[in-house]
Amino acid sequence: MTALMEAPVEPRTHTPALLELRGLTVEYGRARAVDGVDLDIHEGEILGLAGESACGKTTIANAVMQILRPPGRIAGGQVLFRGDDLVGKSAEELRRFRWLNVSMVFQSAMNALNPVMRVGDQFLDAMQAHEKIHKRAALKQAEELLELVGIDRRRIRAYPHELSGGMRQRVMIAIALALNPELIILDEPTTALDVVVQREIMQQVEALKQDFGFAVLFITHDVSLLLEFADRIAIMYAGEVVETAPAEQIATGAQHPYTQGLLQSFPPLTGPLERLTGIPGAPPDLRNPPSGCRFHPRCPHCVSDGSRLYARQTTERPVLREVAPGHAVACHLVEERGI
Amino acid sequence: MSAAAPLEVRGLTKHFARVHAVDDVSFELRPGTITALVGESGSGKSTVARLLARLHDPTSGSVLWEGGDVARVRRHRDVLRYRSAVQLIFQDPFDSLNPVKTVRHHIERPLRIHRMVPHDRVEERVHELLRAVGLVPPHEIAAKYPHELSGGQRQRVSLARVLAVEPKVILADEPTSMLDVSIRIGILNLMRRLKDERDIAFLFVTHDLASARYVADDLLVMYAGQIVERGPVEEVLASPLHPYTRLLLAAVPDPAKRLHTERIEERRGVAAAAVDPPEGCRFVSRCPIAVDVCSRVTPQLVEARPRHAARCHVTAPDPERTT
Repeated sequence: MTALMEAPVEPRTHTPALLELRGLTVEYGRARAVDGVDLDIHEGEILGLAGESACGKTTIANAVMQILRPPGRIAGGQVLFRGDDLVGKSAEELRRFRWLNVSMVFQSAMNALNPVMRVGDQFLDAMQAHEKIHKRAALKQAEELLELVGIDRRRIRAYPHELSGGMRQRVMIAIALALNPELIILDEPTTALDVVVQREIMQQVEALKQDFGFAVLFITHDVSLLLEFADRIAIMYAGEVVETAPAEQIATGAQHPYTQGLLQSFPPLTGPLERLTGIPGAPPDLRNPPSGCRFHPRCPHCVSDGSRLYARQTTERPVLREVAPGHAVACHLVEERGI
Repeated sequence: MSAAAPLEVRGLTKHFARVHAVDDVSFELRPGTITALVGESGSGKSTVARLLARLHDPTSGSVLWEGGDVARVRRHRDVLRYRSAVQLIFQDPFDSLNPVKTVRHHIERPLRIHRMVPHDRVEERVHELLRAVGLVPPHEIAAKYPHELSGGQRQRVSLARVLAVEPKVILADEPTSMLDVSIRIGILNLMRRLKDERDIAFLFVTHDLASARYVADDLLVMYAGQIVERGPVEEVLASPLHPYTRLLLAAVPDPAKRLHTERIEERRGVAAAAVDPPEGCRFVSRCPIAVDVCSRVTPQLVEARPRHAARCHVTAPDPERTT
């Protein structure tokens, strides 16, 4: 508890953002998976991106890496890395950018290792594809990286099947670190793992971040994990960011009804046990999203009473507005009542 | 209490070659209660559910139900009777529903096969069941195909189908882990309501301690094929006996404890301890409080507190053990 109070909330606005998304829009055919998203990631911070399945969080990661698969395409907006727009760059420019500047650990990445290659050779593959490095030097560096993520350096000769799921996931993180990128995207890196392993990996990511100074875009459906590990959190719903704030602020003063509902969907492990209700209904079909605020059909504060508020909720798209320094919410109710 | 227990598991053991997936597991499933079975992947918790569903034959041990050992039942009629009384629902409802059949078909089928209601009442019963699991309006839902439903709705269809045969026991194997968090609570609430209204005994297999606490009355903690702790859920979580339960509790994300507050010690052993396990405690290589005897003698499940038992020489010592 005290740790929560003492955790420093450094104003990071003075440093220019490492990565800036400006009005990013991604379409899969008729479905807008990501619709006009603005998001900043600053140097050395852990930004948590949370939301339910198909809210667009993985699509954002793929758009940053420029690895969207057809029919997915960027239909608008910019992906600025140190002010340089990645949208429209050539394949060769992107190849250099990936891994050197940004690396990504995919969902169930532990299954992304090549089953017939030793761990060491998979490091070599990634390293030699991006920089001129001698095999012996590369392997030595790989051994050091393995130790950094808590794996015995002798495992460099192991095949993936000889490692547990948690170890394979750590190998993937070590490979992602190999080229010393400035940003690492972790897409549900611990979802398939047990809580004990999950915590160990998260602690390792945090410790490595201190040493290497990279920033992390951490994507997950598990808000409770983000509350503990992220510096800032962005909540997505149906292709839009509906709230962003420092983690402490989300934990204690979330204002968007969706964020509040999401937080109330996790039963507590300690303290009194109340009946929870979750959020009624299900996320919308993005080929045909609801008019106005996309959350309005599920929102407990949207009542058909003929009021001006109801009219706005159902016809006007809310925009992100700052309610406190570093805390922005896209909600008509918050805007009108000023809560 | 045991007289009213519809299902009693005694010394249940299942070995797959050298892997002791389930070893000497004992517990009861009582009507109108939810028993949560938690553990990491590979701990054997799903195998327990599958053994109770008779999808595997146990290596040894018994499953006592209505006075007989169902693990040994061979007569087709008895197997059918047991299978309709003890129903299994799976993690991924999409896999267990036929994509080219409507919801109505899925619920009608068990009603007809087990002759639960007369022909002219089937439609009415389908609608009743859909309402019971919160799928309304039932006539609209009944006409839909699985792909037209959300994950939560599909899991509700699985539950309605299982309820069609009026089971005494429902084995729910990670029923919420594939669902979005905002929808999980709805399924958990539904389980709570069904156990109260229909006096059903639930086995709720999960890796999520918080969900277990939310719905369950009793908690079983499995590690490497064995139950290492057993007791009323609030009691176990408030004052856990086994060091593995303590480790699990410390690992659950908690917004109130930011990083660095308590580092979990290095994981030296892995859960694969159930392959040709030697004599001794299976948690010993990861245990912060192990003593000499732990690596020599396998601890038994000892009731150190009323209804609260653990397999640990240190926190739940066996009063009858000498040495």
